[in-house]
Amino acid sequence: MTRFIAPLFLVVFALVPLGLKDPYLLNALIITGILTICAMSLNLLLGFTGQLSLGHVAFFGIGAYVSALTALGFDVSLPFGLRITHEGGSPLLGFVLAVGLTGLCGYLIGRLSFRVRGAYFVIVTISFAEVVRLVALNWVELTQGPLALTAIPNMVLPVPGLGDVALRSKMQNYYLVLAVAAVSYLIIARLVASRFGRAMRGLKENESLALSLGINATRTLTVAATISAAMAGAAGSLYAHYIRIIDPDVFLFSYTVTMVIMVVSGGKGTLAGPLVGGILFGLLPVALRPVMAPEAQWIVYGAILIAILFLMPRGIVPALESLALRRRPATETKSAAKPAEAGANP
Amino acid sequence: MDQLLQHILNALVLGGTYALLGIGLTLIFGIMNVVNFTHGALYTFGGYAMYLAAVALGLNFFVALPVALVAGLLLGAFIEFTLLRPLRRSDIDTTMLVMIGAGIIMQSGTLWIFGGVAKAVPTPFPAQPLVIGPVSLSYVNLFVLAAAIALIAITYFTINGTRLGRAMRATFQDHDTAALMGVNVSLIYTATFAIGSALAAAAGALLGPVYVVTPQMGELAAVKAFAIVILGGLGSISGATIGGFILAFAEELGAGYISSGYRDAMGFLIIIAVLLVKPTGLFARAERIG
Amino acid sequence: MNHPAGTAILNVEHVGMRFGGLTAIADLHFDVHDGEIVSLIGPNGAGKTTAFNIMTGFLKPTQGRVLFRGQDLSQTRPNEIARLGLARTFQRTSVFADDTVRDNVLIGLHRHGDVALLDRLFPTPRGRRAEAAVRERADAILDLVGLAARADEKAGSLSYGEQRLVGFALALAVEPKMLLLDEPVSGMNASETQGFVRLIRKVRDEGVTILLVEHDMPMVMEVSDRIVCLNYGRLIAEGPPAAIRADPKVIEAYLGKSAAKLEHKEPVHA
Repeated sequence: MTRFIAPLFLVVFALVPLGLKDPYLLNALIITGILTICAMSLNLLLGFTGQLSLGHVAFFGIGAYVSALTALGFDVSLPFGLRITHEGGSPLLGFVLAVGLTGLCGYLIGRLSFRVRGAYFVIVTISFAEVVRLVALNWVELTQGPLALTAIPNMVLPVPGLGDVALRSKMQNYYLVLAVAAVSYLIIARLVASRFGRAMRGLKENESLALSLGINATRTLTVAATISAAMAGAAGSLYAHYIRIIDPDVFLFSYTVTMVIMVVSGGKGTLAGPLVGGILFGLLPVALRPVMAPEAQWIVYGAILIAILFLMPRGIVPALESLALRRRPATETKSAAKPAEAGANP
Repeated sequence: MDQLLQHILNALVLGGTYALLGIGLTLIFGIMNVVNFTHGALYTFGGYAMYLAAVALGLNFFVALPVALVAGLLLGAFIEFTLLRPLRRSDIDTTMLVMIGAGIIMQSGTLWIFGGVAKAVPTPFPAQPLVIGPVSLSYVNLFVLAAAIALIAITYFTINGTRLGRAMRATFQDHDTAALMGVNVSLIYTATFAIGSALAAAAGALLGPVYVVTPQMGELAAVKAFAIVILGGLGSISGATIGGFILAFAEELGAGYISSGYRDAMGFLIIIAVLLVKPTGLFARAERIG
Repeated sequence: MNHPAGTAILNVEHVGMRFGGLTAIADLHFDVHDGEIVSLIGPNGAGKTTAFNIMTGFLKPTQGRVLFRGQDLSQTRPNEIARLGLARTFQRTSVFADDTVRDNVLIGLHRHGDVALLDRLFPTPRGRRAEAAVRERADAILDLVGLAARADEKAGSLSYGEQRLVGFALALAVEPKMLLLDEPVSGMNASETQGFVRLIRKVRDEGVTILLVEHDMPMVMEVSDRIVCLNYGRLIAEGPPAAIRADPKVIEAYLGKSAAKLEHKEPVHA
């Protein structure tokens, strides 16, 4: 049943702008889409490998800064008299570099962090994210620090017949985000169904047993971290060229918490979970905004996070699945009990 | 040289409260296997409890301080009873996320109730600092250091010299065996979380009057406390005490001689360095607490 | 029964293991030959599981070394050792409890399936063929161990004895040259145990050398070509079942000094 959630979402959200002219809502949907990409990428680690990484915002932020700086240009002096000057270039190049460099960061941080597990892994990942935030805040020559990078150009895409098109309207950005989200989903779905996905599942459930079967824990986890980081970097790049101003607050822990809430509420380790959780918590601020102040909204988020962990610890999607199972005749339950296999041949 | 002396003095004052934070966290992590992400919020809570007691209720400074500490004790017991007790059989990731949720509620709640404007807590100490040769030290800082040391000593005595402490030590060793030996493990968990919370609140109540009280004051406190725990060894009170002072020195000297912008990075860098250089060494589980 | 005169596939060379002040294994020295079934026995706490953990890279010995097909395993990680063809099962958590039995074996077959990144990211024909082949292979393994009928059930919901079989199937999925089995028949009833004995003989006849730790003495005596007996981390006897059964040092280890003969039952320490 849940295998239809993603295509259904794609169709529905592809049609939404046709009927929706409210720019505020469209904006909310774009931000929701960007955060949902982050949630999907976080789910690859948190859900499918079982490693609770709480530094994910670092990759979102690095992606945003790399992309923005590639487009804007910079001029920094480094120790030993080195100086790097960059004139500024195409936002599309920025997107590509953001994906590549955050992937590299994910690889390096993964290599280091996966030496520890459990609570220590959580704390190390948070620490990395905070160090990156402090660098963004203090390396003023490169990042402007708290003054923010402003006037970041919109994303520019080469369109056959039209030449380079700058995506200025909300509608254009909306479809760009939707496309990147769809691609991210497909990549994750394929990965999870592949033999690489089997290695991840083995590690998540029982690391010693997985090792005894020849699964290389460090490599598997590092590859997952690299892909996950690259996707968050892509989301960061989209964000930078859409919002057009970024400051070190893109590294705030509260973004990580938002992503975690999306994944955990929707259902970690399921393909549809981050979509459901992402849209729910992406649009919740829209629903809450007229009735309460932002700080009160955060109280609601915290309460919902706790309530979900208490009431349906596996998340909404698995809860729906088991509900559907109970209603079906017993003979059919066998095929429905294998959600992971449903994604094997999409 | 004089500047160095001044930094060392500042670090000593800061280290006392860091040690309080670290001891609370190390007890909770060591005995309950819970990473307490409300620790920073409890620190903030202590600051506001002090503000309410001293300013809103107009209590004497020296009365307000124990009031804030007891408020932290009660809040900690409440959190343990409502959120952690039902999750005793859950994995550490679940309790971590629940604690993050609780921390968000507490921090946002504080912001919602008190607003973002910093509150000052007046102290009865003379504003004029005590000048000894080349260095100066305010009386309130001196008091904070003395109070922190006193609280550390009381905690140390509680763990090592009382029946409660003995039960806590047994639970730390092996909670199943402790339960078989007749220790009420649930009660020990509540007591542990309450004591840890009280220490965090005490740190906030002591530092609040030194600086100001803001809803964000505890944001970094939990992770700094974790750096202290990792430095000092899991479940070790003396280790957390030493770790608190090491972190304070690293921050004070780093801010003084490298860049003040990276003061808060010290804790994180220590965490990364310790865990990555020696992932099994420095934080090896202590044989016993105390 | 004499063991086939194969060459040594596993050499345990003067291995010692100390945890702090505690000696778990002292100077353990024995070989296993190609195509043999060898049992490692000894009272609880004799160091059998520790020896397994050293042979499979989960522990690094404080002294001595282990050679597998001539290669020193001292610096080799558990997953690399598995890839060399030395697989193992575990005493306790031997399955991925939340997955179906078939998915368990598919995880064990993680090295098979899509071959290129392209197959991984897109449903290419080659990737599909590979996937079908892996599933066929998984079903063949389940057939062999007799779990085909249970393929779609959660491994965690199976009986303890059946879970041992899933663990065995997982180890077979690695396509090992040699298998280390840690108490493979604990939790099995008599007829399941008999079935398992037939199974490991069959696997051996296909060329897989077997070393097992087991407390079920009748089973050990029946299946083993040779037995190695440990006590307090030291090797006390080595030889064919008949010799071990009569060895006074073995009898003493199991039953204490006053015992006259080794009885065919669970060891007293179990």
